[in-house]
Amino acid sequence: MTMTAPTVGHTRLLAGPLAGNNADLAAHTDTHGPLDLPRRHHGAWSQSLLDELARSGLTGRGGAGFPAARKLDLLAGQRRRPRLVVNAMEGEPASAKDRLLLERAPHLVLDGAQAAALAIDATLVVCCVADDRPESADALRRAMAERAAAGLDVVPVELRLAPGRYSAGEESALVDWVGGGRGLPTFRPDKSVPLTVGRSPVLLHNAETLAHVALIARHGADWFRAVGLPDAPGTTLVTVTGAVRSPGVVEVELGTPLDVIVQRAEPLQAPLAVLLGGYGGTWMAGTALSTPYAPGPLAEVGGTVGAGVIGVLGPGGCGLAETARIVSYLAAQSAGQCGPCVFGMPAIADDLHRLAAGQSDGRLLDRLQSRLTAVDGRGACRLPDGAVRLVRSALSVFAKDVTAHARRHPCPGWNRAPVMP
Amino acid sequence: MNRRLRVDPIACDAFGYCAELLPELITLDEWGYPVIDGRPVPAQLVDLAHRAVADCPRRALTLVEDSRSGPPAKVKLSTSRR
Repeated sequence: MTMTAPTVGHTRLLAGPLAGNNADLAAHTDTHGPLDLPRRHHGAWSQSLLDELARSGLTGRGGAGFPAARKLDLLAGQRRRPRLVVNAMEGEPASAKDRLLLERAPHLVLDGAQAAALAIDATLVVCCVADDRPESADALRRAMAERAAAGLDVVPVELRLAPGRYSAGEESALVDWVGGGRGLPTFRPDKSVPLTVGRSPVLLHNAETLAHVALIARHGADWFRAVGLPDAPGTTLVTVTGAVRSPGVVEVELGTPLDVIVQRAEPLQAPLAVLLGGYGGTWMAGTALSTPYAPGPLAEVGGTVGAGVIGVLGPGGCGLAETARIVSYLAAQSAGQCGPCVFGMPAIADDLHRLAAGQSDGRLLDRLQSRLTAVDGRGACRLPDGAVRLVRSALSVFAKDVTAHARRHPCPGWNRAPVMP
Repeated sequence: MNRRLRVDPIACDAFGYCAELLPELITLDEWGYPVIDGRPVPAQLVDLAHRAVADCPRRALTLVEDSRSGPPAKVKLSTSRR
């Protein structure tokens, strides 16, 4: 995907000349100013950063939207010193934001990682990039070398190239891989127990989340909260893709109406629907695009911010065919560990392909519904849950199409080339 | 004290013994994997639930204590019942 610079709106992460291109340290420092960090872990300084983070209301930008400060709190009371894992895997196929961030503003991510690592007295920062993203890895490597030459970093930083698979970026899978495992999700009945590498607890944050931490460490919580909504403050990176003339990544204030964001990417025609959040996200009808882009308002209309993806489907597209293809992809990306996912996902994908092609038998819709129920919540990771959420939203948003396709009258768009990446 | 059954979906290999022992709380999906009734295990079924846990060849089934304050704690189970 091409990466366009933000044309309108509030730029923070992507601030600066040359469309926010601060790949080198001098440009980065010119744009954002120096970051004053203590030269070693310091209790009072840590507490003040943690307080600012809590007050800022920053939430994780990797997909789950968990409050960033609460994640740090989970490590309190651990006896061993933790490690910080920077999750820049971006396994979501429709997303390009973390890639853009690493290539344009790697120092912001590394600043945030240093600040967070110092605050929790971490022994090591491990930056994980997918092994099929050499440009991102190179950008990070160059930035790390500049920082080493300038003696910037207090906590040592390591770059690791992890397998570029969809589920390898899932947090338990990534931590498993960092610890020498195969990079498969692990069963975690209690998610409040920190993940570990060996016996060291691990704090894991998405790359964009840490870039926001870098700015909160500089400017404070009030500054962060000055834009966005009271319960969803700040800016966020959004990847706009699909049936648009200018696909790419933009930085927007949370709460910006969806149609304003979509218009920036110049849709080819008025959208029929948008895919929100990514492959494990939800469809939303084109008639609901006045909704503010933020978790709360989107949830009210069945939407999600997820991994920051907005995929535009034009009026000629077939939401059922797009969904079938996405679910097939997700089925193929299963780590292959949990039976309901291994068998259920291909079965659901098969039902959807038959429905989309107008090859439904009389029992297809009932069977599909019972399979969605059978798979929902029954994997160790959230991959099947995301697929179920996506399919349920498709059945609701494209309800009219479902009826027609089930009567073996597929829409003309069903076998067109897909518009989602 | 409430107890609930929980299955580790990675460990489970669809042997299906649990559903045979405890059809009141465990059914099998179309692929043979157990679907657990998430409600507390009734007192009269607790012994059977223990047996289902002990009989799972993959050790995938556990009986967990339900504490309202805080995360569920794992019940220590004697697995040498048989």
